[in-house]
Order: sequence, then C-alpha cells, then structure tokens
Amino acid sequence: MIAVSWRQFRPQAIVGLTGLVVVAVVLALTGPNLVHVYDVNLAACRASGGQSPACNNPVGNTFHALQVTLIALVLVVPALIGMFWGAPLIAHELETGTFRLAWTQSVSRRRWLFVKTGLVGLASALTAGLLSLMSTWWFSPIDKVSQSRFGPANFGLHGFVPAGYAAFAFALGVTAGLVFRRTLPAMAVTLVGFVATRLAVTYWLRPHYMSPATLNAPLSGADVGFQIAGPGTVSPVSMVANAPDLPNAWVSSAAVVDSAGRAPSSSAVQHACPNLGAGVAPPLRVREGSAPSGGTRSASGCRRGHSSSSTTASPPWPPSTTSSWPTSRPTGSGRSRPLRRRSSWFSPSRLPVPACGSSATG
Amino acid sequence: MSAVLSARGLGKRYGRRWALSDCDLEVPAGHVVGLVGPNGAGKTTLLHLGVGLLAPSAGSIEVLGRAPSDDPAQLARVGFVAQDTPTYARLSVEDHLALGAHMNPGWDADVARRRIDDLDLDPTQRAGTLSGGQRAQLALTLAVAKRPEFLLLDEPVASLDPLARREFLQGLMEVVADHEVSVVLSSHLVADLERVCDYLVVLVSSRVQVAGEVDELLASHHRLTGPRHDVASLPRDQYVIEESHTDRQSTLLVRHENPILDPSWTVEDLDLEDLVLAYMGQAGGSTRKRRGDTPRNGVAKLGVAR
Repeated sequence: MIAVSWRQFRPQAIVGLTGLVVVAVVLALTGPNLVHVYDVNLAACRASGGQSPACNNPVGNTFHALQVTLIALVLVVPALIGMFWGAPLIAHELETGTFRLAWTQSVSRRRWLFVKTGLVGLASALTAGLLSLMSTWWFSPIDKVSQSRFGPANFGLHGFVPAGYAAFAFALGVTAGLVFRRTLPAMAVTLVGFVATRLAVTYWLRPHYMSPATLNAPLSGADVGFQIAGPGTVSPVSMVANAPDLPNAWVSSAAVVDSAGRAPSSSAVQHACPNLGAGVAPPLRVREGSAPSGGTRSASGCRRGHSSSSTTASPPWPPSTTSSWPTSRPTGSGRSRPLRRRSSWFSPSRLPVPACGSSATG
Repeated sequence: MSAVLSARGLGKRYGRRWALSDCDLEVPAGHVVGLVGPNGAGKTTLLHLGVGLLAPSAGSIEVLGRAPSDDPAQLARVGFVAQDTPTYARLSVEDHLALGAHMNPGWDADVARRRIDDLDLDPTQRAGTLSGGQRAQLALTLAVAKRPEFLLLDEPVASLDPLARREFLQGLMEVVADHEVSVVLSSHLVADLERVCDYLVVLVSSRVQVAGEVDELLASHHRLTGPRHDVASLPRDQYVIEESHTDRQSTLLVRHENPILDPSWTVEDLDLEDLVLAYMGQAGGSTRKRRGDTPRNGVAKLGVAR
C-alpha cells in the first residue's frame, strides 16, 4: 500500500524535491556570501568604535530580492501544499470514481486512508520544514541584526513553525476534499481557510498563548509623541509612546498611562502638558507628531513634578500594575498627574544576546 | 448449491429517496448471472452493497456467506469492475498491475501478464490514453488477477462500441472457463448478456421480477397467439406476463409449468430479450400472482428504459 501511495504521489514528490534542491543550491551559493558581508561590516563597525554607518545594519540590502523571494516562498509553500497535495488526495479519487477501484482491492479503507494521508502528510511537513530550516540558516545574519525573532512576521517563517503550518494546510485540504468531493472547490476552500487561519493564529491567538511581560517606566522626551485630532490645542489630544527597544521581543503594546494604569483622557493630557502641540500648524484631520520633534518639547512640559524613579525590566516581568507612584485623583487644581510609559511584550526565554550592539561596543 | 449472494429485505436510502428497497434475492454459485433492469432499478446500488462500498439502510446482504465489509480477507474473495471501469488516468498499464500486486495478497502476476499480452496492451501506456474497450479490459484484468471467488461487474460494456463489447465479453468467458468463478454482470441491455449468461435476474424498481436459469426461463415462457380469449379462462398454471388483444385475436406472453395443450393457440418460442422486456413492462406489479382481469385494451407497456 505504501508503494501504491508512493507511486500515486510520485509526480508531486518530484516537483517538491526539485524545488527543494533548487532552493538549497541557491542558498548554499549565496549564504556564505551573506555571512561574509556581515562579518566584514561588523569588523568595520568595531574598528570605528561603533561610529560607522555599518553598525546600523551590517548586512545592508545584500541579496534583497532573494530575501523577499525566500520570505514569500516560506509563506506560500504551506498553502500550496494544502491546495495541491492535500485537497486532491481524496477528492480526485471521489471525483473520477477511482475510489471504487481502490476500495475493492484487498486493503481496508482505513489502511488505505491511513497510509495515503500518512505518507503525503509526512512529505508535506518535511518539505515545508526543510525549506524553513534552510531559510532560517540563510537568514541567520539578518536575524542577528533585526532582532525580532519572536515577532509576528518572523516567528511563523522560522524553524519548524512552517512545517506545522504545512501539516495543518494538508489536513485542511484533505478534509475539504472529503467534504466537497471535488478537487477545485476543495482547493479554493483550502486556500481561503488556510490564509484565514494563518492570520488568525498570528494576530489573534498567538498574543494569548502566554502573558506578556509588562514594564512601567517614567516618561522621557525621547519615547513619547502626541496625536492631535483637529486644529489647535482645544481639540482632543492623546499621547503616543514609542515601542521600547527590546531585542528579539515582540512588543504588543506601548502606551502612556497615568498612576491608575489608565490611558489619560484628552483633558488630563492637556492639563498635564499645557504646551502639547503648541506651535504645530492646524492640521486638516489628524496630525501626528513624533518624538523627538514635537515630543521632546511637549513631554518636557509634562515631566514637571514627577519623580524620576525607574524600574529595570528583565523577562519575565510580572504583568502587574503595581507602582511606586503616588496615586492622585485628577482634581483640576493645577496639579499635574504623573504619566508613565507602559510596555508589554513577549519574549522567548532563550535568545541570543543582541549581537551587533553588544559586539560593537564590547 | 450455495448462494454467492443473498439479500433479505435489502434497502438503501439516500436522504429520503430509496435507491433500493425491500429486495430479496438469491444468486446461486457457479453461474454467470445477468442482472438486468432499466436505469434506476437499483442495480448499481445492489452491486455496491455486495462489495461493501455501501452499507445497507435496511435488511441484510451476504456475499459468499458473509456480510460485505472492508475486511481484507473478504475483499480478497470478491472482484469488482465498477461502472465506467475507472482506472488511474496518469498511471500506466504496468503501474496498474503493480498496484494490483501490492494491494492483493493473492495476486496472480502470470494471469495479469498473460491477459495484457493477449490484449496487445502496451505496458508503458498511460491508462488515460487507452480506448474505452482497452480500459475496460484493464479493469477486468485487475479484478481477475486478484483471483476472486466471485466477480461482480457493473455495466462493464455500457459505454463500449459493439466490437469492444464482444471482445470484452469474450475475455470474460475465458476467465470464467479458466478460473471457475461465479459472476454477476449487470446491464440495462439484454442483448449484451444473452451470449454470456446462463442465469438471469430481472430487477425493476428494486423488485426482482424474475430470476432463473436462462434455459429454464426460455422453456417455460411462450407467446400464444389465437382467437380472442378471456385471460381468466386460462389454466391455473399459466401466468400472463403481457397481453394484447384485437377484436378477434389475443396475443399473450405466458409463463407455464405444464405444456400448453389448448390447440387453438399458436405457440411461439421467445428470445431472451422479449422475455425481459415483458417483465420490465410489468414493473410495479406483482408478476407471479398476476392473472385474470386486466384492463380491456390492456396493451402492456414495454418499458424499454435506456
């Protein structure tokens, strides 16, 4: 039965294997080059004492087209596997009537289904997994620079995660084929279902897998901006916090909060920071000012009367809102409320220390 | 003689529609059985129930003494050629033989090879490029080389041209002669089966209208032509299957147990096709008991469904 399943799967397997070999050759030829560029630029950065522009991005735009292609490939291959390996697996047999041939040989249907789905399912996970591992290896210098291993974009494209997505897409395809009994609708449903699931997992489910670490820190002018909807200082004003620079962490939120842990209301912001937005030309709709241009000036106005104690964060940070700030009700009596920046993020426990920054300075 | 297939009150329902209902049938071993009936009579459903592709909604069916299932041991004993003789279009003839060998422990490679040689099939040719007749032969080869005790074929020749039809049936006869296998062969055309069957089952609207050995059926059915008769006046052993009357003359198709003695009748032999068409025309009625009163101008409808 394994031989039979293999014979039926052979044309698709050849396509998959050919693709993997082509990718392997291209990556093997270009990968060492990428590492070389990284090493050379890093050496230049060290030599300049961290002042060289090479310190910002030691890989630069090396093989940019290939980077984009590779990302697209790792992203798309699980969906293709679901559509072209999963969906037709049973649907094609039902559609062409060959199930009547297959199910009347001396093999039980359970075994037939088990071997068929097992073999092709395994091939699906292996293909996507190998592609992803090759890609992860090739991307390693770039990942050292970008330091966003845990973020929504990179996480699903590295390591064995794509193998899991491919296994899911395959199962989805087989199921759709069984339900619709026709190949083409099954392929369409697989594509739509996979894309929807992929997005839902990345943006809705993953943030809930673990509690984020939270850090409260005093405001500084460099990490806040403001947003004004409408002209002048009488219109609603909200404060915007910049994401903190945490290597390989996925920052889920960064916000300005008051001592009670709530986002300050527009009036509270204006009360605390009377100068916020001053000097900004009346916008048409929404005007965004970002640190440091508007933020420095405005935020400096907000820091008045705040204590300057700060908290250091090391994951996992307890996601609590306890703080040492004196809580005070807004009274409107001229006292400004203390405002802080609160950031939440996810971070894997075992990640390499920031490579470029530490190497450059150390 | 034991039955290779026996059904008791067998029924299969799709949603609210019964494709087969209340079917009682005994198929004795050692015959080539023609299962004849118009389209929609439930032939395919019956055969699928027989090979375990379907499970009964009501009643029971036994094939070779066991309820059909997807147990490998039971599957190995039954060969099946499905309607339109499905094969894997992208696999070659040789691949199909390998498939048969891998999926059947009792696979007879010599038989398979010999048949492919005799048929002059190119082993490297893809099944998708074979002609309808060649594809049917390939499907038959697969079913035969697993060396079943019982072979079921669902309208194997329906889509073939006359020449391919004859060749296929010839091949089937060789198989029967070589391997002593019981066969059930379905068709909506009697002409297809006349040459090969020695046992006939007529199935109309799930009901077995008549079943029996072909020789006996032909010996016990005749067409009577004579002066106008009232059918009620016939002897008790004569059952009217079909009747037509003019003012002066009656033509009856009767089943009888004893020789026909009434000298006013001209007795004619029937061929199998007339017989089957007469029974098909009876669809819906209970044939065996039906005698006596029939409508005045009761020209039986000939339900030749195609």
